[in-house]
Amino acid sequence: MDVFADTFIWLTSPANWSGSGGIPTRLFEHLQYSALVLLIAAAVALPLGMLIGHTGRGRVAAVAAAGALRALPTLGLLVLFALLAGSGLMPPVWALVILTVPPLLAGSYAGVASVDRTVVDGARAVGMTELQILFRVEIPNGLPVLAGGIRTAVLQVIATVSVVAYLPLGGLGRYLFDGLVLQDFPRMLGGSLLIAALAIAVDLILAAVQRMILSPGLSTDSRGGRKSAGDLAAAAPADADLQGGTA
Amino acid sequence: MAEAMIEFQSVTKQYQGGQPAVDNLSMSIDQGAITVFVGPSGCGKTTSLRMINRMVEPTSGTITVAGRDISAEPAAQLRRSMGYVMQSAGLMPHRTVLDNIATVPRLNGVPKAKARQRAAELLDVVGLASGLGRRYPSQLSGGQQQRVGVARALAADPPVLLMDEPFSAVDPVVREELQQELLRLQRELAKTIVFVTHDIDEATVLGDKVAVFAVGGRLAQYATPEEILRAPANDFVASFVGRDRGFRRLSFNPAESVRLHPVKTVDAAEAVGGNSEWALVLDDDSRPLGWASPRDGGGLVPGGSLFRPGDSLRRALDAALSSPSGLGVAVDGDGRLAGVLKGEEILALIEASRRQREEPA
Ligand SMILES: Nc1ncnc2c1ncn2[C@@H]1O[C@H](COP(=O)(O)OP(=O)(O)O)[C@@H](O)[C@H]1O
Ligand SMILES: [Mg+2]
Repeated sequence: MDVFADTFIWLTSPANWSGSGGIPTRLFEHLQYSALVLLIAAAVALPLGMLIGHTGRGRVAAVAAAGALRALPTLGLLVLFALLAGSGLMPPVWALVILTVPPLLAGSYAGVASVDRTVVDGARAVGMTELQILFRVEIPNGLPVLAGGIRTAVLQVIATVSVVAYLPLGGLGRYLFDGLVLQDFPRMLGGSLLIAALAIAVDLILAAVQRMILSPGLSTDSRGGRKSAGDLAAAAPADADLQGGTA
Repeated sequence: MAEAMIEFQSVTKQYQGGQPAVDNLSMSIDQGAITVFVGPSGCGKTTSLRMINRMVEPTSGTITVAGRDISAEPAAQLRRSMGYVMQSAGLMPHRTVLDNIATVPRLNGVPKAKARQRAAELLDVVGLASGLGRRYPSQLSGGQQQRVGVARALAADPPVLLMDEPFSAVDPVVREELQQELLRLQRELAKTIVFVTHDIDEATVLGDKVAVFAVGGRLAQYATPEEILRAPANDFVASFVGRDRGFRRLSFNPAESVRLHPVKTVDAAEAVGGNSEWALVLDDDSRPLGWASPRDGGGLVPGGSLFRPGDSLRRALDAALSSPSGLGVAVDGDGRLAGVLKGEEILALIEASRRQREEPA
C-alpha cells in the first residue's frame, strides 16, 4: 500500500470536494477562523506596537511580554481556555489571539522604529503632527519590517488554527484529527498538504500586495540608477572659471 | 537699523541633568538678513536654532517671531510657517522629489496638482533639472538632496528659513557652489535666514551678521563678519576665528584700486606654436578661453579663476596665483577681457591696506 498514491486519490476524489465535510467547506472555515483571530490580534497589537515604536516608550516591557506570550504552549492554552470558558468558537479564538499578538506587536514596533530618526525629525520640523508622522512617514517607510511581522503572524495562524478541530470545531484541522482517530493516513497527509498549500498561497498574495504598495523609493533596485547622466546635467556650474582645452 | 524678526529674551535650555546647553541667550535677529550661528561643536547652536520652531522647548525665557511669543502658537502650525533645512536633507525616502518639495503646501491644504506645479518651479529655482522631480531621494547625490531640502523649505514661501549645517555633508567644491546659490537666492527672496555652521569661513561668506557661540551656550560675539575678523571681542573668538584671519579679511576689501594691464591675445587657431611669451586665448566675443603656452608646441593651457568687477582683493590674488602665466585675468560684467593683474601689485595693495587698518588702532 502506497500512502502517497492513496493521498493523491483522497485529494482528487470528487466526494471529498463536496458536502459539509468537504474540502471547500473546511477551507472556508479555516480561513474564517484565521481571519477572526488575525483581526482581533491586529486590533490590539498594531496600534500598541506602533505607539511604542513611535514614542520609543514601553519598549522593554513590550519585548518582555511578547517573549513570555510566545513561550506558551499552543495546545495547552487552547485546552485551558476551553475548560475555563466552555465550548464554542470564541474560547479557542482568544487562545490563538494571545499567540498571534507577539509577532504582530514585534513587527509593528520594529517597523515603525526602523525608520531613520532624521527622516522623522525632518517630518516633524516641517510641521507634521504626530499622527501625520505615523501614517505618512513611519508606516510607509517601516513597511518592509511591518509586513514581515504581519506575514509571520498570518502563516502562524493558518498553521495553528488547525488545532481548533481538537475541540472539536471545523477547519482543515479536522482531517488531521479525524485521520488520526480513524488511522486514515492519506486523509491526514492530504489535510496537512492542504494547510501548507493554503499558507503558501496566502503568503504569495501578501507578498504581491506588499510589492504593490511599497514605494519604489524604498526598493533596493531603484538605487541602481544613482550615477546616471542626469546627475551631471543637474548641477549647473556656479562659477564659470576658465576651462581651457575644451574650445 | 534693520527691523528685528526673531528675538531671544533671556533664553536658557537645560537638558536633563547637565550644564545648560544654551545659557541666558538674548539676541535680536534682523529681518531679511542672513544671521549665522557659528562655534565649536556642542556649544548650543542647534539647540538655539531648534528653539525658534519649537523643536526644542526652552527651559526659561521667551522667543518672539514677528513680535509674537511662539510658545502661544501650536507647534506644528508654527513649524509650517518656517522653512527648515538640516544637515542630512531629511527627505522622505518613500516620496518622489516633487512630492517631498510639496510637503508643506500639502499639509496646508493646497491641492495636489497645484502643489506639484509649484514644486516643479522650485526645482528650477534651486538649480535642479526638471527630470529629477520624478526621482526618489536615494537616487540623488548628496548635493542634489541638499538642494531639494532647500526647495522643500521654500515651498510654502515662509518668511523665515532655519538652516542647520545644511552644506556640511557635501564636498568643498559643491559646498561653495551651494553657498553662492544661497546668496543668489537670498538677493531675490530676502528671507530672514538663521544659518548654523561650525565653519568660520562659511559664516563669513554667508552672514550679514555672525553670532559666535562659546562652549556652554554663551554668546561670545555678535557682529558683522568683518568686525569679528578685524576686532575679535576676546581670546576665544580670536582663536576660533584663527590665525589666517588676515587672509580671510581680504574677502571684504573691494579691489577697485588694482591696476589692469594690457596683454597679448590670440585666437584659438593661433594658440598652437609660434608664441614667444604667454598669450591669452580669446573666443570671437573676447571671452578668455585659456592661455597659449610659449613652450615647445604651445597649445591651450587651462586658466585659473577670473577676477570680476567688484571682487575682493582675495579674489584678485586667487586669480593671479591660479594662472599658469602668473597674470590674473580680469573680465568685465559680460565676461569679456578687461585686462590682466600682476601678483606683486596685488600683494603691495594688501600690504598697504593692512598698514592702513592697523595704524589708527
Ligand atoms: N536631546 C538632547 N538631550 C540631552 N542633551 C543634548 C540634547 N541635544 C543636545 N544636547 C547637549 O546640548 C549641548 C549643545 O548641543 P547642540 O545644540 O547640538 O550643539 P551644536 O549644535 O552647537 O553642536 C551639547 O552638550 C549636547 O550634548
Ligand atoms: Mg549642531
